[in-house]
Amino acid sequence: MIAALFRRAERDRALLAALFLLVLPFALPFRATAVNVLIDGLFAVGFNLVYGYLGLLSFGHAALFGVGAYATGLALLRAGIPWYGGLLLGLLAGAVIAAIIGLLATRTRGIYFAMVTLALAECVYYVAYQASGITGGENGLRGIVVAKIDLFGITLDFVDPLTRYFLIAAIVALALAALSRILASPFGAVMEMVRENEARARAAGVDVRAVRVLAFVLSGAFSGLAGGLQALHLAIVPIETLDYGTSGMVVMMCLLGGAGTFFGPFVGALVYLVLQNLVALISSHWQLPVGVVFMACVLFFPRGLWGQIARWRPA
Amino acid sequence: MAGLSLDLLALQIFTGLALGAVYVLLATGMSLIFGMLTVVNFAHGAFFALGAYVGALVLAMGGNFWLALFCVPVATGIAGMAVEWGLVRHLYGRGIDDPLLLTFGLSYVLVEMIRIVAGTQGLPFDTPDALAKAVDIGIGYFPLYRLFVIAVTAAILLALWLFLERTRIGLIIRAGARDPEIMRVLGVDTGRIWRLVFGLGTAIAGLAGLLAAPLQGVSPEMGNAILADAFVVTVVGGMGSLAGAIVAGLVVGVIVSLTALFAPEAGDVAIFALMAVVLLIRPQGFFGRAGLMS
Amino acid sequence: MPDRTDRRIGRRGWLRGAAALAAGAPFASAPFATLRAEEPPIRVGFPVPVTGPYATEAADQVRAAQLAIAEFNESGGMGGRRAELLVRDDKLDPGEAATRAIELIEKDRVDFIVGSLSASVQLAVNTVTKQRGILYNSISQSDQIVSSPDWGPTSFHEAMTPHMTATAVGRYAFGKFGKRIAYVAADYAYGHEMVAGFRAVGAGIGAEELAEIKMPIGTRDFSPLMPRLEALRPDILFLCNFGRDQQVFVKQAQESGLKRMTHIVAPILLQTARIAGGAQAFEGVLGGTSYYWGIERDVASAKAFNDRFRKAYDGRLPSDYGALGYSGVRSVLSAAVKAGSTATEKVASALAGMKYDFYKGPQYYRACDHQSVQSVFIIESKANGRVPEDVFNVLETVPGQEDLLKTCAQEGLG
Repeated sequence: MIAALFRRAERDRALLAALFLLVLPFALPFRATAVNVLIDGLFAVGFNLVYGYLGLLSFGHAALFGVGAYATGLALLRAGIPWYGGLLLGLLAGAVIAAIIGLLATRTRGIYFAMVTLALAECVYYVAYQASGITGGENGLRGIVVAKIDLFGITLDFVDPLTRYFLIAAIVALALAALSRILASPFGAVMEMVRENEARARAAGVDVRAVRVLAFVLSGAFSGLAGGLQALHLAIVPIETLDYGTSGMVVMMCLLGGAGTFFGPFVGALVYLVLQNLVALISSHWQLPVGVVFMACVLFFPRGLWGQIARWRPA
Repeated sequence: MAGLSLDLLALQIFTGLALGAVYVLLATGMSLIFGMLTVVNFAHGAFFALGAYVGALVLAMGGNFWLALFCVPVATGIAGMAVEWGLVRHLYGRGIDDPLLLTFGLSYVLVEMIRIVAGTQGLPFDTPDALAKAVDIGIGYFPLYRLFVIAVTAAILLALWLFLERTRIGLIIRAGARDPEIMRVLGVDTGRIWRLVFGLGTAIAGLAGLLAAPLQGVSPEMGNAILADAFVVTVVGGMGSLAGAIVAGLVVGVIVSLTALFAPEAGDVAIFALMAVVLLIRPQGFFGRAGLMS
Repeated sequence: MPDRTDRRIGRRGWLRGAAALAAGAPFASAPFATLRAEEPPIRVGFPVPVTGPYATEAADQVRAAQLAIAEFNESGGMGGRRAELLVRDDKLDPGEAATRAIELIEKDRVDFIVGSLSASVQLAVNTVTKQRGILYNSISQSDQIVSSPDWGPTSFHEAMTPHMTATAVGRYAFGKFGKRIAYVAADYAYGHEMVAGFRAVGAGIGAEELAEIKMPIGTRDFSPLMPRLEALRPDILFLCNFGRDQQVFVKQAQESGLKRMTHIVAPILLQTARIAGGAQAFEGVLGGTSYYWGIERDVASAKAFNDRFRKAYDGRLPSDYGALGYSGVRSVLSAAVKAGSTATEKVASALAGMKYDFYKGPQYYRACDHQSVQSVFIIESKANGRVPEDVFNVLETVPGQEDLLKTCAQEGLG
């Protein structure tokens, strides 16, 4: 019964997503955390595009997210471009850096792919760190203040917690809808074919490497958009967004929620952030229970939390 | 650069080799575990820190460094075998992702337990008196303790080689890495072999932590910083290759040392740049098997 | 072999750890223990890195801040209105810190925010508070927070700036040890600002700079620097890094023999790092600090603060960064009492120019940039003393004068 419901949810994505986004800010104690769930959720969904749907484990997604964040931040701060233009630039910058990293990294496979993406992302981090005149270096980029947002003639107060949440939620929902369309498109079918049986895909005339690069670029666009949204939300771009800790975080979110499912990564982001932040309110030893939950998830929910529920069938 | 003499350069390279010794130990343990069990051990840095803390505990209880040199690998080895038995073995055959997430969680738990038991501040750890001096090595003065670290590393590697090549268990381990199915058919308890290998890897990690303690002191986070370096060394050498771990460890040590002389601020990125270049030219690393984990 | 005193500290460390385990969560009740008086309490948000490599320093900041709150409440609060401290873990990450600051403002409705330990984190919190018009008093070092464009009318800086620290320490060291100098600096704003501060002092007296070596933050092995530094033999080696990095460097300078060839001077010498690093490693190292409890022999307010701290925390003595938590919170609460209000603008104008002596002798907030002008203490490491915190000798007190600071025009706040 319940499982059937969840399977239905995977099909009727739009309805479920809308419901979830409406409830989220009221279910969590902090609106700012709810916005972080949206942003990291979108990031994890973008990461899942290459990991879950194509089987490529990237340890360098921080570069795609971080470059998007810096692009948006710099566009607003230094070039005075309006917020929507900044977000678009973030999305494009994420896609461009993904194309560069993807073209190089897809020469390798498996764990070596993970390590090449990690190494290239570290190089991006280093460049941003040293270019402190532009990026603020270790201090990060600061003061990306967006107080008001003009939308179709209506002026919205972007400092107001709920307004900010729903505006970002609307953008995230649009992005999720676009992703859903991509997965349902012929390209989505090709990705699945490459993951399931690479040799057969080749035999069918698919340029496997091109598929991988293209998926990586799309993933970069979603990650870059998420980064841009974070810049708007926090009004800063910390250098830590480019750090390998960020790459590790998105891998963990995706695995926790369930790689290869549509909502899994989003659920993973939710659980990850809520767990960390709420336990941290109660104890300074939050890493202990969080670590235990991680291990328990792997041992008892090998398909991830969402993946497990969606697959569960009564005996 | 002004004042760059040949002696300085030679000393710089030698310093790098000494630096590489700790990398070699960590990567050897990591490569052993990966080569045999295809487990990427994210908790390797936590075992490194655990080793240093067990050493500090031995000293606090009145023991000396030499006793710690024996106790630490035994303790971290047993801890590793317990972890394999209680957690890791349930994930064999599930691919590399699940062990990765599990050991990531484990590293959180281990480091936090260290903080709870021993405090967040870190502990002082002095160099053993007999080794706390600098000696003339022909090209300049060099800390005796660092020479000692090189010697211990060489001894461990020799012992490991003899164990794998010249003993019955070693033979079984090597055969098991190649074809676990056959071993099971032949009636070998592969579960026990895997446990032993995991314990061996963590024992070496713990020992590396103890050896590093007089160099940098002891702190709960000491393993986090070195984990990324150990990964790079393992991958550059070729995942699962012990010879690769040794060569790559020394190469990385020398590169870090030379970077500190010529472009110190690029110290962190240099080894990642090396990894990118090596993997793009030779995707399986120095000595790795092609196509592994693809 | 470690000497006896070190081993004793070692054992104490384990015991302390066991005590921490028993205590579980040191501030578990803080966020929830809302005191129900007639009026809502004055809420002070306090984001500090409770977990991670600087957890020890952060725990001390929390202890000292709680002391300031307790004192405020015992002395009757603000016309009976009590104060409470809301501690949050910023995890030493600017993104986390910004999120915590937004939460504190939006959900917890804090009146003020005090806190942070690292430069990037304080600038992140400052961005959030500036945008939302909440008063923020930073208790970690930075030149930027008192400079354009980061500074704002709501930004206050209780900690010293790297510039004033380097100026005070530089004047002392150049006079004593010589003019041939080398820098080892952590490669980020804090390290660069310290170097710039020393350079400004050195330029006036014709100092000769032999090398400036920038190392990444988090470097755990400095041995590759030693051959070159030993070849250079500077009179002074200014060690412009922080915490663990500093601790590791001095340990390895001891091991290589570099220490016998030069004077190592750190602009900020942390008490916690000295305790964790041990007497052997820090032997002969000197530097600056914003506070050392040992000044209590000469400074009455320090004696009073230490005694209250000892009484509240089981004989413990406050650390340098910990003490900043006390003065950071107390100065804001005092200004609120002075203003008779918690409104940001009123408290800010009461705080700007406020003179006070809470724990280290006279201080005041300079009106034009809200920097706390205060004395700098020159200290040197010594053998372990009677209590674990007895680790420094005070060599000199550099009185707090504006000539240690950049002018507000130099900071772009003319």
